[in-house]
Amino acid sequence: MSVEVRQVNKTFGSYKALQDVSLKVNSGELVALLGPSGSGKTTLLRMIAGMEVPDRSQNSEEGKILFFNQDVAKWSVSQRQVGFVFQHYALFKHMSVFENIAFGLRVRPRGQRPSNAQIHDRVKQLLQLIQLEGFGDRFPMQLSGGQRQRVALARALAIEPKVLLLDEPFGALDAKVRQKLREWLRRLHEQMHTTTILVTHDQEEALEVADRVVVMNQAKIEQIGTPEEVFHRPASEFVIDFLGSVNVFSGRSSETLKGESKVYVRPHELQISRNSIDHTSISGQVQKIHRAGASAKVFVQTDNDQKVRVDVPMNQLQSLELGIGQQVFITPMQAHVFSPDYTI
Amino acid sequence: MSVTGTMQARRLPGFGLTLGFTLFYVTLMIALPIAALLLKASAVSTTELIETLKSPRVQASLRLTFGASVLAALINTFFGFVAAWTLVRYRFIGRRMIDSLIDLPFAMPTAVSGIALMAIYAPTGLIGQHLIPWGIKTAISPLGVLIALVFIGFPFAVRTIQPAIEELDIEAEQASASLGASRLQTFTRVTLPSLLPAALTGFTLALARALGEYGSVIFIAGNLPMRTEIASLLIVSRLDENDVVGACAIAVVMLTATFGLLLGIQAIQWFIQRKTGRS
Repeated sequence: MSVEVRQVNKTFGSYKALQDVSLKVNSGELVALLGPSGSGKTTLLRMIAGMEVPDRSQNSEEGKILFFNQDVAKWSVSQRQVGFVFQHYALFKHMSVFENIAFGLRVRPRGQRPSNAQIHDRVKQLLQLIQLEGFGDRFPMQLSGGQRQRVALARALAIEPKVLLLDEPFGALDAKVRQKLREWLRRLHEQMHTTTILVTHDQEEALEVADRVVVMNQAKIEQIGTPEEVFHRPASEFVIDFLGSVNVFSGRSSETLKGESKVYVRPHELQISRNSIDHTSISGQVQKIHRAGASAKVFVQTDNDQKVRVDVPMNQLQSLELGIGQQVFITPMQAHVFSPDYTI
Repeated sequence: MSVTGTMQARRLPGFGLTLGFTLFYVTLMIALPIAALLLKASAVSTTELIETLKSPRVQASLRLTFGASVLAALINTFFGFVAAWTLVRYRFIGRRMIDSLIDLPFAMPTAVSGIALMAIYAPTGLIGQHLIPWGIKTAISPLGVLIALVFIGFPFAVRTIQPAIEELDIEAEQASASLGASRLQTFTRVTLPSLLPAALTGFTLALARALGEYGSVIFIAGNLPMRTEIASLLIVSRLDENDVVGACAIAVVMLTATFGLLLGIQAIQWFIQRKTGRS
């Protein structure tokens, strides 16, 4: 089912949480809302779930939330049939894992409620899906963080939601578990094709899992695109800065004749060499080398006193025989240029 | 690494000192007086004890004490829950005022509470005079005992349930709603069960307080033997008559029953916590 948000605004007191935000998520798509804390991504998600109400507006076309072209802005949370997964699981601590998952089925009105046997089968199926067979009798407090979050996901899936909404689902877990669950979530999505919206502040997570990424900053959407698009063709300085580390040069390069432009170059887009390659090469001195990782991080101080990070593959680092204090040249292989914004 | 090794390493410094102090304190302030009481009571022969307990007057007073206390604790748990819920979940003018009023029965000398209650519930009192025509006697009746016990137990219920409501997981309620539960279903299936342990503790404290209450009850109760005489009063009057043995016998029964009751409720708490892994 497609989900559409049309020109919504949300203010908390004097604080603007969302400013004229529009977004369309296609049926069966997995979209990540990515941004720093305070960017409005969670507010947007909660609004889609019905836990927040958009600000009223004079214009009737504004502030709409559409589920499959049907305006649901006035529907309550329970009417929207969304599966919501919280960062801190929000499991029912007094219920067993089995009862947690069965909850959504048990609270249905008498006419639509499945029989006990049906509920049993469904929960068993879901326990299998989250690889926690035999854990039905446990209580949430007896599970690890990763297990709890899988239970929370199964509980949300039990009601066969039209949309699955995940609010920083792996935010409270350690790196290893997060990585595993991320891959598992992607596989799960490929099996079920439930329209899914995921909120995260982890750019790696968003780029790896999502079909499309929505980058948010200060209550607004900065860019919507596939992971490749937002990474390789960032639409704004914020996007390139947020998606991984980047070196900033103020416009001195030949490409930037406009004067005050800024040039953004990612550490892996810089080439390091003993000799100058062309007119864009900048000379500098090696300050520090971090060898832990897939490629080495070389920190170079340029002659005009700028600190630059260059990612160098290990074998290249060896053949270059770099050492601290070494005189080197760095040459951008690719660059993103942003001219200053005069719209203010 | 041996298990004891890790235990030793993990133990915070100061364990010996604080445990020693706790044991000393508990012994001196609680165990010793109780031991003295038991020693006194042991002078009572079993036949004497049984004789005392067979006395209809003693039986009536024990029935009244335990009956009224349990009933008062139940009432307090229910209304204490409502009051705590109101104070935590809603913002209104005078909230802080009500919040501090609730503590008053804690601080008031019990005799003062008794006199205050008498002023209201006596047959000529503010409320009592309007209830008499309806045939409801609020003073010098078991109902009076109940009123006094409700009065002094209320803050215990409110103050134990209140923090539990404050710490409720709002997200669990939102999760419940997102799963299609109505407000009532969320309340009865999610909110209420999470508050059960706190409510049980509130009930226990209110009950414990009511069982031992003396000062605020004796005025309004009227202390009619067989009708409105509570156990603590009976103990005092036995002591007045220099009947230490009789007083001890009743005290031992009270003590045993109270201890058993508290232990039983503890066991229920412990069972809930162990079952859900919340210990």
